[in-house]
Parts: sequence; structure tokens; C-alpha cells
Amino acid sequence: MPDPLLEVRALDAGYGDFQALFGISLDVAAGQVVAVIGANGAGKSTLLKSIAGVMPSRRDAVRFDGEPVGDLPAYRRVARGIALVPEGRRLFPSLSVEENLKIGGQLGRPGPWTLPRIYDLFPVLAERRAMPATSLSGGQQQMVAIGRALMSNPKLLLCDEISLGLAPIVVREIYARLPAIVGEGLSLVIVEQDIVQALAAASQVYCLQEGRVALEGAAGALTREAIAAAYFGV
Amino acid sequence: MSVTADATRSVKVAHATPSSRIGVALFVGAVIVLAAAPYWGDRQALRLLAEIFAYVALASLWNLLAGYAGLVSVGQQAYVGLGAYLLFALTMLLDIPPLAAIPLAGLIAAIVAVPVAALIFRLRGHYFAIGTWVVAEVFRLLAAQVSVLGGGSGISLPVGIITAIAPTRQWREFIVYWVALALVVMVLLLIVWLLRSRYGLALTAIRDNELAARSNGIDVRRIKLAIYVGVAFGTAMIGALIFLQKIRISPDTAFSVNDWTAFVIFITVIGGIGRVEGPIIGTIVFFLLRQTLADLGSLYLLMLGAVAIVVMLNAPKGIWGLIADRFGWQMFPLERRVIS
Amino acid sequence: MEWLNIILQGVLVGGLYAMFAAGLSLIFGVMRLVNIAHGDLIVLAAYVALVATDTLGVNPLLSLVVVVPVMAAIGYALQRLVLNRTLGGDLLPPLLVTFGLSVIIQNGLLELFTADSRKLQAGAIETASLHLGGGLAVGTLPLLQFVVAVAVIAGLQALFYRTALGRAFRATSDDQPVAQLMGLDNRHVFALAMALSLAVVAVAGVFLAVRANFDPSIGPARLIFGFEAVIMGGLGSLWGTLAGGIILGVAQAIGAQLDPGWQLLAGHIAFLVVLALRPEGLFPKVQG
Repeated sequence: MPDPLLEVRALDAGYGDFQALFGISLDVAAGQVVAVIGANGAGKSTLLKSIAGVMPSRRDAVRFDGEPVGDLPAYRRVARGIALVPEGRRLFPSLSVEENLKIGGQLGRPGPWTLPRIYDLFPVLAERRAMPATSLSGGQQQMVAIGRALMSNPKLLLCDEISLGLAPIVVREIYARLPAIVGEGLSLVIVEQDIVQALAAASQVYCLQEGRVALEGAAGALTREAIAAAYFGV
Repeated sequence: MSVTADATRSVKVAHATPSSRIGVALFVGAVIVLAAAPYWGDRQALRLLAEIFAYVALASLWNLLAGYAGLVSVGQQAYVGLGAYLLFALTMLLDIPPLAAIPLAGLIAAIVAVPVAALIFRLRGHYFAIGTWVVAEVFRLLAAQVSVLGGGSGISLPVGIITAIAPTRQWREFIVYWVALALVVMVLLLIVWLLRSRYGLALTAIRDNELAARSNGIDVRRIKLAIYVGVAFGTAMIGALIFLQKIRISPDTAFSVNDWTAFVIFITVIGGIGRVEGPIIGTIVFFLLRQTLADLGSLYLLMLGAVAIVVMLNAPKGIWGLIADRFGWQMFPLERRVIS
Repeated sequence: MEWLNIILQGVLVGGLYAMFAAGLSLIFGVMRLVNIAHGDLIVLAAYVALVATDTLGVNPLLSLVVVVPVMAAIGYALQRLVLNRTLGGDLLPPLLVTFGLSVIIQNGLLELFTADSRKLQAGAIETASLHLGGGLAVGTLPLLQFVVAVAVIAGLQALFYRTALGRAFRATSDDQPVAQLMGLDNRHVFALAMALSLAVVAVAGVFLAVRANFDPSIGPARLIFGFEAVIMGGLGSLWGTLAGGIILGVAQAIGAQLDPGWQLLAGHIAFLVVLALRPEGLFPKVQG
């Protein structure tokens, strides 16, 4: 079996005096979809930020494509093929929809994702390409955020709570696109509070509780009871 | 029996620490020794000391404005010059005795400061800073238009006004010296008193997080205006005194950016911004440097600028900031500790 | 008719002021930094032009070929080595560091070049003039300067809104951490912005050197003109900055005509009036 694309080993992370993650270990294989679930404050976003390089970590706490990347700043990790769809979308208000997508492709990494292909994936964006990105609806902004991350042609896409604040029908619509995104061999880590969608989309699940991995396993093999216990820490 | 009423009555706030007791004792001792300077110092020493007092006062006022109220001004020379020109105008044109003219000049400057503040408070942050510079430039240009006070080339204070201070030259020097000492002591005591009061608490809150301060009911705008006007008042009085001693005034010297802003800022940054002790330490360092390096002219200013940059980047709290952080000292009783 | 000529001169000078302002405005837009040493850097550029003209023996206007890259390199280094360390929300460090820089540049120039007034000779173009008919005449040099100023501003607009670099500037200004997620190294982006600002400063400095006498002490006044143009025009709008510069130039020209000693005052008063009546400027961009 080849080495996992992403290996997280004994990752600690925190904000000042507050420690958010305690010795997290996690693997993502090439082409795999992994879900990370947990209650608010469990450390899910912190985990993604640490993988993406927004938060610092030990050099070998994060290994990507066989190389330790923990000491690389975020902008260097994008060049290696890690892309993050940040929590709350965080589109650039001064840029139009198309400009937001284009800046995602700033580095010019080779790969299948081009501007026309993003517009194919999310046709509604093509109609609004010249509008200021933040003038779109929540669901459309989420599509822009995902498209922007895809434009960097990553090997690993990290999605931080893409269902947050969106109507269920919109969430379903976005998740319906996931197979098309993953189809090319892209690996995906989804952080979600919406457990149902996460379990449906992923093959492997990690449940975090107060900064530690409380449960891990194949999505189909975990029982409702086990997940609830790990989620709430009862 | 109300528990809360009892609770508030039994809570007290203490300010003094061992280091501040020493500091206050040193301060009182220093003031006594300095007040006696006319008896142990020569004319040179008195002039130098008066200059030091002026810079301590100017730097302390700038520190209050920038380090506490967050109003970073690079245009305080506007009020130094205004105070100086008002002194000349009041004594020469209205026959007001020079010593009375000093506080009067301060008062008029404070009144002028109000509409000025109304204008420049429309600017934020860095743009506010440059706005203060524009104001100083306007004052300078206006002063150059007033021909009765010498116009662009300046004027000297008539002998009659100087002799009105005291009959002998020696006593004139003594009196001007004591006024300088009195001014700096007053400025320092007022600042300490202000910081100990609840306005001081409000100022610290504003400095730390203006939005949070406002949402806690602090009238940020009013306080900033009051500080700006108060600092203008003090700065103008010091300007008046400085030029009373210099006897000669001109727009370029009265409104000099180098003398009244660059030096003051460097003193405060190097000594320690946002702490009362900073300007005092900074002035001492500044004058020590000057005694040893003054012959270098513009090279001296260049070095001062470089030192200020290095300090700002590596030790943004200045010399006193480093000391206070390391040892927890304070020279004046300003700390707040709740004791029950 | 004489008044029309006066106003026309004011408009043309306004172009130069707009160039002073454009660099300032750019930096504030990208990284919320106001460079107090901006005016002194314009004067530095003038002295670089002086050295280039003396050693290469070319027309000062041609020295731009040397001055622009030199100033851009200085800008990149300055930002990377010093100014990047002052960014981060607190107001005092960038303000005090750039103030210190201003003092260093002024006194450094004083040491190297003395306080003597200099001026660069551009030859026949300085005295040539265009007659526009009806008694109106404009100097060729001021006209050239104005045209260059408009071209610079148009160029900056195009760069900001139509190029990848401009996108990078706007994105970094919007949201630094997320810009990093796009693969942008903020330190590099900011340094490029400063390099661009000083490239504009270089052009302004060369024109300043040819137009009038200069010495190490005139920097602060140029900063103030640039600043007044930016505020009057409205934050965030480059074309507004051109308008602000023109208003300043015209106000100064009118003031000078009434009394030579009133030239500068008239400009400041125009600024204070705009600040009092329309503090957001005449053409502010909608977003702050």
C-alpha cells in the first residue's frame, strides 16, 4: 500500500495560552474522502488550519506527499497542492466572481481545473461572473469559494464547514457536485457539523472531542450510538 | 442587609508599590534639589536645566496625547509656536506682564485648539497625523504674515518687557528657571493625577480597544477632545516660556518640526511610550547623547532617527518599558490593585 | 484672460501634485500604511536624478531610465527589510518608523549634498511654450508633466483592475490570511506595492528636479501636497486624486496671484475647507 497523501502525527495546536488540539493523528489516502466531525469548539477548524499552514506546527507533525511540511507557511503549501476552502467562505470583497476564481489560479499549477471547467461545475456562477463576489447568495458564494480553491489544482482539498448558514436544499446541491470534484483523484477532507452529509460523502470518519480524536473508522462501519457517544463525550 | 452594598464598600483600590514609594521619594528629593539650583548652579547649568524641563514637559504631553489617547500628532509644534507668538503679542501689543502672559497664552491656545480639533478629528489614524502637520504649517504661514510681530524674519522681545520680570539679570534668570521647574512639575503631577482618576482608566481602555471602550459607555470623542485641548494648553505655555528665555522669535524657529516634534517623539519612543516615566528617561538619554555628539550636526539627527527606528522595531516599549516589564517597577503610584 | 492662464498653470501643476499623491494613495490602499517619508523619497529621487545626470551626461528627463529602477529597488528593499515589520494593526510603529526614516533621509541628503539649492536643466524644453490661441499659452514642460501624470494614473488604474498583480494587491488588501491561501506571499506583495509606489515617486522626483529648485528640506511640503490631494479627492480613488491635485494647484495659483506670500496658505485653506464641508472627499470610493 502506498504511503498516505496526508499524514498528521501527534499534532498540537493552540491560540496563545489556549491549547485546541492534543496529539491529533490522521491519515488521508490519495483519492479518499475523509470527514472530520465534532461539536463546536472540538478543534475541527484548527485542524484544517494546521494542515493548510494558516496555523504553525512542528515540522514533522504534518507530512504531505511524503515530505514534512509543518514548517512551511500557507502560501508554500498551496504550491505543493494543499488548498483550503475557509470557514465562512472569505471571498475577496474587492474582486468580482471571476476575479476571485482567477486569483485561486494565481500560481498556475497544472491540472484539470480551469475557469471554463469551474463554470461547467457551477453554471450559475458563469451568469454572475462580473458581479462583486460578496453580492451573491450564501450558496453561490460557497460555490465561488470551492471553485477558487479548485483553481489551484490541489491534490488535497480541505473544506471547512461548507454547509454553514446554508439552506438544506442548497447544501444538497453542493454536495451533489462532490463526486465530480473527487472524480479526478482529488483527496478531500470535509469538516462538517452536518453529520448526515459528511457520513454520506466520506469513506473514513474522524470524530473530534475537545481537541482529541474520540473515534475513527470507516463511515459505513460506525454505529449511530458510537458516533453520538464520541461527539458529545458521554 | 445588602450583600452587594457591603461588598463595594469593602473593596479598595491601591496604587502604590515599593518601587513607586522609592520613585516618589526620589522625585520629591529631586524637585527640592532642583528648586535650590540657583544657589548651587551657574547660569549655564540653569539654562540647560530649564531646557531639560521643557523637553520633559513637552514629551510628557505628547506621550499623553499619543501613548494614552491614541492621537498621534506630528504637529505639536503648532502649539509651541502659537504659545510663543501669543506671549510676544500679549506682552508687546497689550502690555501684559510676561509671567501673566504665559498662562494666558496657554488659555488662548486651548480655545484655538477646539475648532482645530473639530476639523482634524475628521481624519483617522495616519491621516490625522499628517493633518496635524498641515495645521502647524498653516500657523507658521500665518505667523509669517503678521508684520507687527516681525513677519517672516522674526522679532526680538523689547528690553523693557524683560526687565519687567525682575530688577536684576540674576533674579530674572532665577525666576524664569523657577517658572520652568514649576511648569514641568505641574505637568507631571497633573498627568499622574489624571491617570489615577477614572478618566485615566477610561484612557487606558481607549488605548487598548477603542470600540470596546465605546460600547462600555465611555464617551471616547469627548475624552479625546479634552486631552487634545489640555495638551495644547500645556504645550503653548511651555512654548511661551521657551521663547521668553530665547528672547527672539521667528516663524521657522517657533514652528520648527525638528526641535519641537522630532526630538520630542524620539525622546518619548526611546524612553518608553505609554508610560509616565518614559519621557523622563528619554530626555535624560537624549541630553546625554547631545552632550557627547552635538558637534556632528545633521549626522546627530540622522543617528537619532536610526536609533528611534531600531528601538521602535525591537523594543517598542522603550527603555522604561523594558525595565518595567523586567522588574515590575513604577516610579509613580499608578498601578491599580484591588484589595479587600 | 490672465486669470484663465493662471488657472491653466494651476491645473498643470495639479498633475504633478497628483503624482505625489498617487504613490501615497496606492500604499494606503494596499497595506493601510501612510509613509511619512514619502515626500523625502521624492526629493531623494530628485538627487538620484542629479547624480545620474551628472555621471551619464544625459538630459534629466532621460535619467528616468535609471532613476525609476533604482527607486523601485529601494522601495522593495525598504518594505522587505524595515516596513513589513511595522505592519500589523497598531498605528504607532509604521508612523514612527517612517517619521524616523524621513529624518534620516533629510539629514543624509544634507550630509551628502549640503543645503544648497539645485535644479536640473532639461534644455530648450523648459522655455518652450504652446500657444493655444486667444492669448492662452502653456509651457511645454508643464504640459508634458501633466500628460505624464494622467498616463501614470491611467496606468495604475489599469494595473490594479486588469492585471493579475492588481488582483493580488486588492486581494491582499482585503484579507491577508486568505490571500496567503491563494499562494501569495504577503511580504513579497507588499514589497512590490512599495516598489511600484517609489517608481511613481521617481517620475515625480525627476519632474520636480527639472521644474523648480530643490534641496534636502523640501520633502515634508511635498508630502503635505500629496496628502491634501488624496484627502480632497477622496480615499481610494486614483482619478479623485487627480482632481484633488488639480484643485490644490489651482488654489495655490490663485493665491499666488493675489499675493506671493499666500500661495501655500491658499492651498492649505482649500484643503481645510474641503475637510470641513466634505470630509470624505469629492470622489470617494464606495467602500472604505
